[in-house]
Amino acid sequence: MAEKTMVEAIRDALSEEMRRDERVFVLGEDVGGGGVFRATDGLRDEFGEERCMDTPLAEAAIVGAAIGASINGLLPVAEIQFADFIHPAFDQIVSEAARLHYRSNGAWSCPITVRTPYGAGIHGGPYHSQSIEAFYAHVPGLKVICVASPYDAKGLLKSAIRDPNPVVFLEHKKAYRLFREEVPDDDYTIPIGAAETKREGLDMTLVTYGLMTRYSLEAAEEVQGDGGVSVEVIDLRTVSPWDKEHVLESVRKTGKALIVYEDNISGGFGAEVAATIAEDAFEFLDGPVTRIASPDVPLAPYSGILEEHILPNAEKIAAGIRKLAAF
Amino acid sequence: MVSVSDVPGAQGLNKGQLRELYYKMFLARSVGERERMLNRMGKGPFAVTGEGHEAAQVGTAYAMTPGKDWALTYYRDIGVALTLGMTPQDLLLAHLARAESIESGGRNMPSHFSSVDLRIVSGSAPVATQVPHAVGIALASKMRGLDEVAVAYFGDGAASVGVVHESMNLAGVHKLAVIFVCENNQYAISVPASKQAAITDLSIRAQGYGFPGVTVDGNDVLTVYSAAKEAVKRARAGDGPTFIEAKTYRLVPHTSDDDDRRYRSREEVEEWEKNGPLVRFRTWLEGNGVASKGEIDEIEATATAEIDAATEYAEAAPTPDPATAMRHVFVEEE
Repeated sequence: MAEKTMVEAIRDALSEEMRRDERVFVLGEDVGGGGVFRATDGLRDEFGEERCMDTPLAEAAIVGAAIGASINGLLPVAEIQFADFIHPAFDQIVSEAARLHYRSNGAWSCPITVRTPYGAGIHGGPYHSQSIEAFYAHVPGLKVICVASPYDAKGLLKSAIRDPNPVVFLEHKKAYRLFREEVPDDDYTIPIGAAETKREGLDMTLVTYGLMTRYSLEAAEEVQGDGGVSVEVIDLRTVSPWDKEHVLESVRKTGKALIVYEDNISGGFGAEVAATIAEDAFEFLDGPVTRIASPDVPLAPYSGILEEHILPNAEKIAAGIRKLAAF
Repeated sequence: MVSVSDVPGAQGLNKGQLRELYYKMFLARSVGERERMLNRMGKGPFAVTGEGHEAAQVGTAYAMTPGKDWALTYYRDIGVALTLGMTPQDLLLAHLARAESIESGGRNMPSHFSSVDLRIVSGSAPVATQVPHAVGIALASKMRGLDEVAVAYFGDGAASVGVVHESMNLAGVHKLAVIFVCENNQYAISVPASKQAAITDLSIRAQGYGFPGVTVDGNDVLTVYSAAKEAVKRARAGDGPTFIEAKTYRLVPHTSDDDDRRYRSREEVEEWEKNGPLVRFRTWLEGNGVASKGEIDEIEATATAEIDAATEYAEAAPTPDPATAMRHVFVEEE
């Protein structure tokens, strides 16, 4: 088993699925040459330019054509170069992909995967940093995945491609080359909708996803060392449909819940998690359900100083843990 | 006796086919009228129909091979749906939101046509969103080595939407087997064509995408059919897309919730009605000895009887079970 970066793991998932099933093909801007993050590097050489197709710079047509191709028997994986540029395709994803199956009473379906790099922390400014998961998690009929680790990325991308429903697959761009971990060369999948407890703990449940999982784990280590607070860290991995029971079970055990997400705090996906905990685990709580997220400013300012000020990090999360632990 | 295919303008169609064209056109007109009537009677909450578009719809769809070629329709395309093989009963079940409606089982608005067997892909209400689907379907056909054609229907209002440009451009780059059919009825609800585009013939846009565009008299079914037949031939041969703009006129309000007296005169509507597609084709059929007045009356009576029976059936059909409202959000895996 080799240690891989997340972008390598994603490339492996794509090429393995394309080998496994000739219906799978990739389309998007610059994908033929490997893409701006190199996630599709080598696919054109192996599979030809039809199955690794450079498209015109037109996001609605990329997703719209993917929907059409899926209707006619293929399994398209559309790449949107940055999540910040997916908005022109919103109509296709929300009005079409998400609703086709329901509106036709189950007659038609739309097995597409839309991959896109999201998230801040790389000096991307307001148009290469956005978190978009809440927009899509709100829409019935879509599955929405957020990954920020090599192992999860490969296993979940394979599941997304094989899923008979439309999946929005969000890859945290800062995690593409941030660290390596062991990724099996063999075929494996991770079920969509399954959270994972990344760290066990007794005093508090910390629910997170995406890159914040890494920072939350750092913070949990830190507070365990200095104050003896034992934090259980759960990575949702899929935000829609999300693993409610996994989270509730942990909260019933710890009695406290801290939710950490990178997106703007208001209406962010963590708000849904908070509401569910408050509704379904109220009698187990001995502290307020608390959120740590970015304030409501456009994510994210270009200046590193401004960006660091805005985004949650391990230090801010540790402070949040201490505050809630003291309640 | 002169063979009908020798009649100038018959486009190689025989007597039976020409009568069938008229039958479908009359059926489309009458289903639209029936739906609007049922709406006024308070039986169907909404109606969106296409009276006046019959030649544009039936003429293009008649050039397709049902069940092989793909139709991406919009909410006015009653004539397309009926020509490809949906029945008045299918459409009236959808109008009344009945459980067994193959369009949607009461989930989608009426006139959002759908049939898996006939390859009429379920549509939505935002205009033009279906156009890139035709391109993707044709892309898949090309990748799979199939000679299917995908036809995207849309109106003159939808022609202004950005994704139409994106779709035509992509189809042009890959020379895909797509036919773009714009049913230009000169109004996007109340907004006239002059406020929609600075050009008269929208088909000239095709030049910018590297494939042919033609503007045809969309109220002359045989002219429309001829253009569509040529486009299908090109597409099947691998010669790429065609843009057909069929100029026509909507003789009814946009929907049952619209009052078109607000934005156009009765005189204007009556003028178009006098030269509407049914009147013109009927005159042509009689004038060329394809069908006598009596035979045409018989065709119309047959269509009306079919719609009456469909109405009766649909009204008696069960409504959806509320317990099914949560189903089919996702594909239910075995």
